[in-house]
Amino acid sequence: MAKELIKGNVAVAETAIRVGLWSYFGYPITPQTELLEHLSARMPELGRAFVQAESELGAINMVYGAATTGHRVMTSSSSPGVSLMMEGISYIVGTDLPAVFVNVMRGGPGLGNIAPSQGDYNQIVHGGGHGEYRLIVLAPASVQEAVDLTALSFDLAEKYRSVVCILMDGSLGQMMEPAELPPFAPLQVGQPDWALAAIPGRAKRVATSINIDPPSQERFNLRQELKWQKIKQAEVRYRDYYLDDAEYVVVGFGTAGRIALSAVRAAREKGIKVGLLRPLTLAPFPEAQLDALVPQAKAFLVVEMNNGMMLDDVLKIVKGRKAVEFHGRMGGMVPYPDEIEDEIVALAAGRFSLEDSPRDRWLSRLEEKIGTGA
Amino acid sequence: MVDQDVKLVYQRPAGFEDCGTHYCPGCTHGVAHRLIAEVLEEMGELDNTIGVAPVGCSVFAYNYFNFDFAEAAHGRAPAMATGIKRTLPDKIVFTYQGDGDMASIGMGEIVAAAARGEQITTIFINNTNYGMTGGQMAPTTLPGQKTTSSPLGRDVERQGYPIRVAEFMSSLDGAAYVARRSLHDARNIRLAKKAIRTAFEAQRQGLGFTLVELLSTCPTNWGLSPASARVWLEEHMLPYYPVGDFKVSEAIQMGGK
Repeated sequence: MAKELIKGNVAVAETAIRVGLWSYFGYPITPQTELLEHLSARMPELGRAFVQAESELGAINMVYGAATTGHRVMTSSSSPGVSLMMEGISYIVGTDLPAVFVNVMRGGPGLGNIAPSQGDYNQIVHGGGHGEYRLIVLAPASVQEAVDLTALSFDLAEKYRSVVCILMDGSLGQMMEPAELPPFAPLQVGQPDWALAAIPGRAKRVATSINIDPPSQERFNLRQELKWQKIKQAEVRYRDYYLDDAEYVVVGFGTAGRIALSAVRAAREKGIKVGLLRPLTLAPFPEAQLDALVPQAKAFLVVEMNNGMMLDDVLKIVKGRKAVEFHGRMGGMVPYPDEIEDEIVALAAGRFSLEDSPRDRWLSRLEEKIGTGA
Repeated sequence: MVDQDVKLVYQRPAGFEDCGTHYCPGCTHGVAHRLIAEVLEEMGELDNTIGVAPVGCSVFAYNYFNFDFAEAAHGRAPAMATGIKRTLPDKIVFTYQGDGDMASIGMGEIVAAAARGEQITTIFINNTNYGMTGGQMAPTTLPGQKTTSSPLGRDVERQGYPIRVAEFMSSLDGAAYVARRSLHDARNIRLAKKAIRTAFEAQRQGLGFTLVELLSTCPTNWGLSPASARVWLEEHMLPYYPVGDFKVSEAIQMGGK
C-alpha cells in the first residue's frame, strides 16, 4: 500500500480497524480525541461496536466486558483519563483477558496541560493499578511506528492473554507524517475456548478476578509471572543507532528518543562516538541489549520527557559499572535537539560521574536553566 | 408403584447449579435468583444469556446460575454488560446489583447505561444497607434507620436522604421499563416474577433499558429473624418505596409487537 499523510491518532485508529478491532469504548480527552472521533464514524459503518462512554471508568469497564468475549477490543485516553482506567486494567489482568489501550500522554500531574509528556512511564510500566501485574508496553517514536506497533499490539494481547499499552505522547498523537497502513485483515471468526459466549450445550464459563482463597490467588499470580518470563524472552524490541563503535550511549524512548537521534547525529558530525538505544518495548525492557553496551561505553545519557523514570530502570541494569547521566524536561516541555546535543558534548568532555545521583546533578542544571518560578 | 396423581409442584430451576448457598437464612437473594432462573427457563433463553455479577453479597451469584457469567468491579456492572452486549448483541445480558453497588458507587454507570437505552436488564436488590461488609448505611437506608455507620439512626440533616431508584431512573428516555416489586410475601413474589419477565421480554425485543428494583430483606444486618424481617420490610420499606411500574414504554404497552 502507498504511504499517506496521516495524523498519529487517526493512524492508530484506522490501523486497529484494519487488523480486526471489533469493539471500541472511549471518552474524549485531549490530545487523544481524534482517535475516538475517527472510530465513531468508522466502526458503525463497518457494523462494529462503538460507544462513547460516560467516563474513562465506564469505558475501561466496557472494554472489560467486551474482553470476556474474546473479540478484539480497545480503548484510548490521555494521562488523567488513564488514571481513571487503572482500576479496570487491574481487573482485566486479574481475569486473564487480552485487551489493548492507548495512552497519548500529556503534561501532569493533575489536570496539567495538553502538551506532550512521558510522565506516565512509572504508572504504565511499573503498575498504577492495585495488585501485582505486568503490562506489555509499546513505545512508538513516529506515526509509522505507531501503526506497526498497533498492529502488533493485538497479536501480543491475544498470544499471551495480556493487556498491551501503546504508550505515545501528545506530539505523536497530533502530528501528521507519511505512513503506510496495513491492508484489511480478515475478521476473527468464532471465539477462543475461554470466552463467554452463551453457547448451548457446553459447560458454563465464568470471567472473574476473584480468588477468595489466597493459595489459589498466589498460584494465579505465579502463572502470570511465569508468563512474563516467556514474554521477556520472546518479545523485547528496540532500535539501535550508531552503537557499533559508540563510546557514549544515549537511551531514550518515544519522542524523546527521536529527538535524541537528531542530537546523536549532530554530535557524530562533531566527531563524538555516540550512539542511541531506543526501546520499542518499555516492558519487557531491552535489558540484555543495554547490559551488552556497558563494556564499550564510557558513560550513558538517559533522555526523557519526565523526571527520570526510565533512568531508574537503566541504573538498575548498568549497576554502577559506568556513569549514567540524565537530561529530562517535565510538565509538557519537549527538549530541543541542541539541548540534548549540549549534554552529549558535555559527556564527551568528561562531565560524568559514578558518585552521587545523576538526578541531583540534572536538577541543579535544570534549576539554573529555567528557575523554579517560586 | 408411581402414583399417577402425584403432581410436581417444586423443583430446582434448570438454570441453577446443584449446590448450597452462602446467603444468610431468610435473605431474599435466593428468591430473586430463583425468579431470574425461572423466567429465563420459561423464555427458553438459558442457553443464550450472560449474567454480570456485582461486588456485594451477590458477588458469587455466578456460583448458583449454570450459564456464562462475568464478575464486575464494584458498581461497574452496567458498563461491563454494555461491553458484552455491544460485542454480542444477540445475547440476553443482565446485571444483578445491590444498593451499595448500583445506587452509590455505580450510580454513574447505571444512569449512563439507561440513558443510552442499553439493551440490558438490571435486577436491583434494595435491602437498605451494605450487606457484605456488615450492614453499613447505603443510599437506600431509611431516615432514622440504624446501621453500623449510622449508629444513631440516619440523620437526614447530616447524611442526606434515601434515593428512590425506580422513580428517578424512570425519568430517562432510554429506559423502556422500570418497576419496583417486593419479595416479602408470596403474592408480591409472583408480581416480581411477572415484572422480571416483562423486563427480559423487552430486552429480547430490543425495546431499551429495563430495570426491576426488588425490595429485599437482610435479617442478619437488620438484627431480625427471617419472619420479622419480612414484617419490617412491609411496615417500613413499602411506605417509602411503593411498589409499582414507574416506566412502561409505549412499545411495551403495545405488547412489543
